[in-house]
Amino acid sequence: MSDARSRMVARAAQEIAPGMVVNLGIGLPTQVVNHLPADFPVCLHSENGLTGIGAMLPYDEADRNLIDAGGAYVSTIPGSAFFDSAVSFALVRSGRLDLTLLGAFEVARNGDLANWKIPGKFSPGAGGAIELAQKARRVVVMTTHCDRKGNPKLLDACTLPLTARGRVARIYTDMAVVDVTPNGFALRELATGVSVAELRAATGASITIPQSDIPTF
Amino acid sequence: MKLPDKSTELHDVIAAIPNGATVLVGGFGVPGTPFTLLNELARQGQRDLVLVKNDANEAGMGIDHLIKNGQVRKLIVTHLGLNANAIAAMNSGDLEVEFCAQGILAERIRAGGAGLGAILTDIGIETELANGKQVVEMNGRAMLVEPALRADVALIHAAIADPFGNLAYAATARNFNPLMAMAAARVIVEAEALVPLGGLAPDAVETTGAFVDHVVEIKELSQEYGIVRR
Repeated sequence: MSDARSRMVARAAQEIAPGMVVNLGIGLPTQVVNHLPADFPVCLHSENGLTGIGAMLPYDEADRNLIDAGGAYVSTIPGSAFFDSAVSFALVRSGRLDLTLLGAFEVARNGDLANWKIPGKFSPGAGGAIELAQKARRVVVMTTHCDRKGNPKLLDACTLPLTARGRVARIYTDMAVVDVTPNGFALRELATGVSVAELRAATGASITIPQSDIPTF
Repeated sequence: MKLPDKSTELHDVIAAIPNGATVLVGGFGVPGTPFTLLNELARQGQRDLVLVKNDANEAGMGIDHLIKNGQVRKLIVTHLGLNANAIAAMNSGDLEVEFCAQGILAERIRAGGAGLGAILTDIGIETELANGKQVVEMNGRAMLVEPALRADVALIHAAIADPFGNLAYAATARNFNPLMAMAAARVIVEAEALVPLGGLAPDAVETTGAFVDHVVEIKELSQEYGIVRR
């Protein structure tokens, strides 16, 4: 992982406050746990029916019946619980899920999120992403600022099929921390070595820049 | 009084599934997938099946055998990203796929199992998952009508069963199994261990055998149940 990306993961880990119930999306979001102290008081939720996710296990120590929603072999911790898929999403939809960290293909300046389908190229189904994005109390996106071809992912409006409307509160990228506000994107922090001009050039929508010094991460 | 014995043989119970049946299949990834029942269904070759499952397993495993054999007319799933065969069959038009949000699939099945007609939800509203669905207003909010799902057959994997069909599940192998075990006209269970009546304490029973029609003990766990080394 690039240095900027690992600093983004470390910075996003600060989203997780003591006592929260949190769902981490597959990929980069899963890695934020590496930046939390081992005794940090948080309840991690997995869609396939687990609260209290323990460490990932190597194959020769794994339990064949115990995976996370991404298919990784995980473990339990003292206090873990198993439940069925209806209970799992009851937790998501009823407001008990404090935070979800998700990946994104596109995020719009009004908080719209597209992260499940690229018509004609990628349509494996949304799994639980729609419920997570629509119902978690706080929805935070972690993504590279641009796609592999260098196209911006932060846009005036999403072009891809939506996962949820107006739900993204904040975006962590390898270039910046950006909030979604009633007035559109607002820069909060810059990655070390990134200039405001570079950020503007890599962003597909206007972005409000603070007058004061901009913190870096 | 004694509870009835529903233990039976694998061949006979799968042979009772007709062509064209709608079949609920438990499992989320490997855990909870009834591989023994599915492999017998693949061997017997019933066709025109409508399968309802969280995911399409992986290539060469579980319902992928049925898809490859051309036994599946339609698949209702939440996600099939781990099965390139299923994606190819969908993209070529050989396999009709209906996507459903994961928790809504669970609730549609639960509603079917509870004798209800539908659920109301705002999940997927204003996205393409709402296309073609009825919208009603409830308590001042727009809601999608998601019909209950009830099937001809449910194929269930349990860790422990008794001959009456009382079931207990293991870890994340629970997933859709307890819900599907309530939502079909013919509920078929494969169990890793078949214990005598009384072998499961009443407090340990997660699905009452009153919902279950047939119980098959798995003679030997095949490789498919094991750890997947990716």
